[in-house]
Amino acid sequence: MSSLTLADAQEQLRSGSLTPRALTESIIAAIEAGDGKIRGYNSFDAEAALAAADTADVSLPLGGLPIAIKDIINVKGEALTCSSKILEGTFTSPYDATVIAKLRAAGAIPLGRTNMDEFAMGSSTENSALGTTKNPWDTSRIPGGSSGGSAAVVSADLALAALGTDTGGSIRQPAALCGCVGLKPTYGRVSRYGAVAFASSLDQIGPMTKTVRDSAMLLNAISGHDAMDSTSLDEAVPDFTAALGKEIKGMKIGLPKEYFIDGIDPEVRAATEAAVKQLESLGAEPVEISLPHTEYATATYYVIATAEASSNLARFEGVRYGHRADAPKDLSDHYMRTRAEGFGAEVKRRILLGTYVLSSGYYDAYYIRAQKVRTLIRQDFSEAFQKVDAILSPTSPVPAFGIGERCDDPLQMYLADIFTIATNLAGICGISVPCGFTKEPKLPIGLQILAPSMQEERLISIADAYEQSTPWHKERPC
Amino acid sequence: MAAAPESDLDIRYVADLARITLTDEEADTLGGQLEKIISYVKQLEALDVSGIEPTAHATPLFDIVREDTVKPSIGVDATLANAPQKTTDQFLVTKVVE
Repeated sequence: MSSLTLADAQEQLRSGSLTPRALTESIIAAIEAGDGKIRGYNSFDAEAALAAADTADVSLPLGGLPIAIKDIINVKGEALTCSSKILEGTFTSPYDATVIAKLRAAGAIPLGRTNMDEFAMGSSTENSALGTTKNPWDTSRIPGGSSGGSAAVVSADLALAALGTDTGGSIRQPAALCGCVGLKPTYGRVSRYGAVAFASSLDQIGPMTKTVRDSAMLLNAISGHDAMDSTSLDEAVPDFTAALGKEIKGMKIGLPKEYFIDGIDPEVRAATEAAVKQLESLGAEPVEISLPHTEYATATYYVIATAEASSNLARFEGVRYGHRADAPKDLSDHYMRTRAEGFGAEVKRRILLGTYVLSSGYYDAYYIRAQKVRTLIRQDFSEAFQKVDAILSPTSPVPAFGIGERCDDPLQMYLADIFTIATNLAGICGISVPCGFTKEPKLPIGLQILAPSMQEERLISIADAYEQSTPWHKERPC
Repeated sequence: MAAAPESDLDIRYVADLARITLTDEEADTLGGQLEKIISYVKQLEALDVSGIEPTAHATPLFDIVREDTVKPSIGVDATLANAPQKTTDQFLVTKVVE
């Protein structure tokens, strides 16, 4: 039953052929039988989920449907680790994040905390301090990251659907590499309250699902203004499922010439080009466009994201929560050893880079300059969206790579996100949908579709039309 | 890959600002990796950004304020529940003054 889509599980719950308890039990059984191989979950609370299942109201929008939650989002009473030693074993969430409160209000059951790169910093989930998640299509390969656990458990049928977070591609890239759907909403569409902050001007929570329909269902539940997040947008939330099954005839689809470059894996390029043809056959019109500042996006991102991270992660000081060094000789020793012992290498690297670009003498040269380039990158998108309705590209330039393959070269790892990073800098929305497989070994390929701010309905219409006219989403890893 | 050009990164100074102790080995490895990343980031210098306003974040929101009203909070016990050390309803901090 864990292989069901949300929509199918809902139909069975409402018809009475399945009970919330039976569904929850079958997912717990699937996790117990299958997660040893994938290591997608950091923990799960079977008792709490079953108790919620017993009182679930299946008439609610997500009534009785268990959802896996990335281990960076607070679920009251459950352990939260961010896959970091600084929180592991010492932190229990004192409150529900807004998205969790909204999921509960919609009748859903939070079930299981999924693995991730430590504090969402990474593109392979290898930076988890708790263990590496494996790609269900080939367990010698990475699932992508940072929401690699969420992508892997959805793809391996160890969850119906999951929540992830996306700061530079952390929903879309693992969705592409594991063969599921991942949607990054517009910045401000979904409240960030209760999600542990990495880079506050870029972070956004979103759905990771088996189908576009399921993403629309989850997005319905988690979107909306929240007074607890001052960057949350006070905009009406449409019914995103109403955007399913729409004609896309006459839609102009932009193909940025800067995104179709050397260095894209040939099979990824071929699958993307075939997807363009497919959309054309559905009546969409491909248009070549330019996003001239694309080559600067990665550098801009790693200045802004690390600067914000160095500030956000100052909260881990070993006083209010988390790891604390033993017997410090003074306050400085307390801070310095607490953080040295608690943070992993990538987190240290990013805090140090962020501290450097914000330090006296470098602030203007790096941080302010990067913020100005961010303006140019945003302008690229606004100009492009004058000409086209949506933008299309590969989600990742390469399929899933081998575990350990890129660990020694952080810069190479950063370049894994070249097609997804600019989306967050611009604050617009994007989705990744399965668009084919490599031949040998068989690995999923993802298609990225981007739309202007608050145009998630357009994303859903295009992605759904593509998905429903292609077979890719029906394939599962064996 | 070519050797990273010189930057004036003082890894010990930056680690001190960030309040993270580094072992000698970490200082070597992280320092070398950061040199390489910084030289990559330096490509931003090639762009003319004169007259361009910086973007701090992507939404058009400014100065969000709310009424200063009293609301229930999670309370002392829940607030202290995750504290590594506590005493008489307070967080226990390492001695700050001599």
